[in-house]
Amino acid sequence: MLPPVIGVLFDGFAYGMLLFLLSVGQSVTLGMMNFINLAHCSFAMVGGYVTAILMNRYGWPFFATLPLAFVISAAVSVLFERTLYRRLYRATDLDQVLLTIGIVFISVAAMAYFFTTAQQPIQLPSYLRGSVRFKGIDFAVYRILLIVLALAITVILVWSLEYTRFGAKVRAAVDNQRMASGLGINVDGTFAITFALGSGLAGLGGALAINIVGLDPSFAFTYLVYVLIVVSVGGLGSISGSFVAAALLGISDIAGKYYVPQIGAFLIYLVMISLLMWRPTGLFGRR
Amino acid sequence: MTVASATLTPQQYLTRLTRWRVIEVLFWLSLLLPYVLFPDYLALASQIAITALFALSLDLILGYAGIVSLGHAAFFGLGAYTAGILSKYGWGEPITGLIAASIVAGAVGYATSFVIARFRHLALIMLTMGFGLLLGELANSAGGLTGGVDGLQGINTWPLLGVFTFGLFAKTAYGYSLCVLFLVFLFARRLIHSPFGLALRGIRENAIRMPAIGAPSRAHIQLIYTISAAIAGIAGALLAQTTETVSLDSLSFERSAELLVMLVLGGAGRLYGGLIGAAIFMIARDQFSGIAPQYWYFWIGVLLVLVVMVLPNGVLGGLAKLAAPWRRK
Repeated sequence: MLPPVIGVLFDGFAYGMLLFLLSVGQSVTLGMMNFINLAHCSFAMVGGYVTAILMNRYGWPFFATLPLAFVISAAVSVLFERTLYRRLYRATDLDQVLLTIGIVFISVAAMAYFFTTAQQPIQLPSYLRGSVRFKGIDFAVYRILLIVLALAITVILVWSLEYTRFGAKVRAAVDNQRMASGLGINVDGTFAITFALGSGLAGLGGALAINIVGLDPSFAFTYLVYVLIVVSVGGLGSISGSFVAAALLGISDIAGKYYVPQIGAFLIYLVMISLLMWRPTGLFGRR
Repeated sequence: MTVASATLTPQQYLTRLTRWRVIEVLFWLSLLLPYVLFPDYLALASQIAITALFALSLDLILGYAGIVSLGHAAFFGLGAYTAGILSKYGWGEPITGLIAASIVAGAVGYATSFVIARFRHLALIMLTMGFGLLLGELANSAGGLTGGVDGLQGINTWPLLGVFTFGLFAKTAYGYSLCVLFLVFLFARRLIHSPFGLALRGIRENAIRMPAIGAPSRAHIQLIYTISAAIAGIAGALLAQTTETVSLDSLSFERSAELLVMLVLGGAGRLYGGLIGAAIFMIARDQFSGIAPQYWYFWIGVLLVLVVMVLPNGVLGGLAKLAAPWRRK
């Protein structure tokens, strides 16, 4: 009975790390601007398609496509931020929700138009396909890679937020936007960069997700729900909160599907609702 | 407006709002035209009436009380499954089916309203969405009762009032849906133009200030949320009875999102906003989907972005703005 438990925990944690990559940017930008961006997963989807297209049509190696997935997602998101989003920072929840749902609809239809609604499978290099045997349990190499990458990114993120000048500006803006701009911090510019970084990470997450959950135009909708759960449960603007929430969600999702498949996703929504009722600002939220 | 309302008492102000205008009467009479002009499109007209009723229910909470819900399809689906299951297991009488559906949806709405009334902003949006998804999953896993992904089959709606059968050309279906829509509309109109409706608009504008002037915000939100859920349940039941099938789709997130689109397109916070929005949306979908079904969502998306950027109060808001200079003179 023990090996499956460890296997499920491992798979769940790897899945959780994927969700963390997808949602960490959303959490920070939401905390900063209080802007409800439902199109976050559309930017993640862009990253996924960049990788899939570069690998399948142009024969690029997997690792070479990842930086490009990051850069292109970030660039696309900044384009939207500068042209559409910034006008609605002071608008109502409803307007923000509507605008970003509109963008999700457009992105889903655009991807279906250019790349059809079919799944976009990719062929991983052989050294990522196997698994490592340790104490009688198989650990898939790709999932180990996911965990290592996510942990490395977490360390870099936490370090840069805590110890760099840019990080100090971001933290100031998350804590109190008006005070920060009163102190001469360019909140608007800081936000644009943070937004780009967050969307870039989502794009990277989208690229890494292909091999685990697949990629088709409905990605933007399916994972939107998961990202919002991570963000609202973890608490706005909190990286550690997103990390814990993503790991919990990943493990409970995989465990739920493994042990009680008939309940399906039911458990996750129930956990989310009860957590939100208990702490409306999330586990690590301050507001 | 400021000059005129200064001389009115609150009672006079509300009474003036309740007065029927000529254009409203014409609007309702024109809804009978499909019988003469488009007899082939009565099925679509019936669907529009049902969707308009659903949009009206969302308008009550979103347009008037300012509660953004991304999971309103939950109540629509609840009503649809209630009426459908009742009919499948031997009670196909339509009007009592509607009443049962509204009671079930209203009861669930009342139960969840305790949570809804406590939150705002992101947590509220997440909770409404969570309830919607939860119910969708529940219906999916309770396949024995709901038919799961295959949908609920074997619904048999008895003739309306024992006389009018639900035939292929949807003559009864449209008349039935239209009557129910009109009756519920009368109720909603009365509700909105009552002191309670005024208090709801106050909550929308400032939820913290309302309790300070003695209006119990939470109790008001709970009441309107329950009413709205019951109306959504009626709309769902109408769909189940007139189409004689219920699918999981009636509970889906997409349906909630589409509903939001219609309402905002028509103009939230206006009684006719949901009706106009539903009509534009359904007719456009009927026309466009023939050309390119999978790209339909692209145009909805473009429409949404445009509405938010250019037409913040919807079509009716835009028309009212255009008409404003005329009315003042």
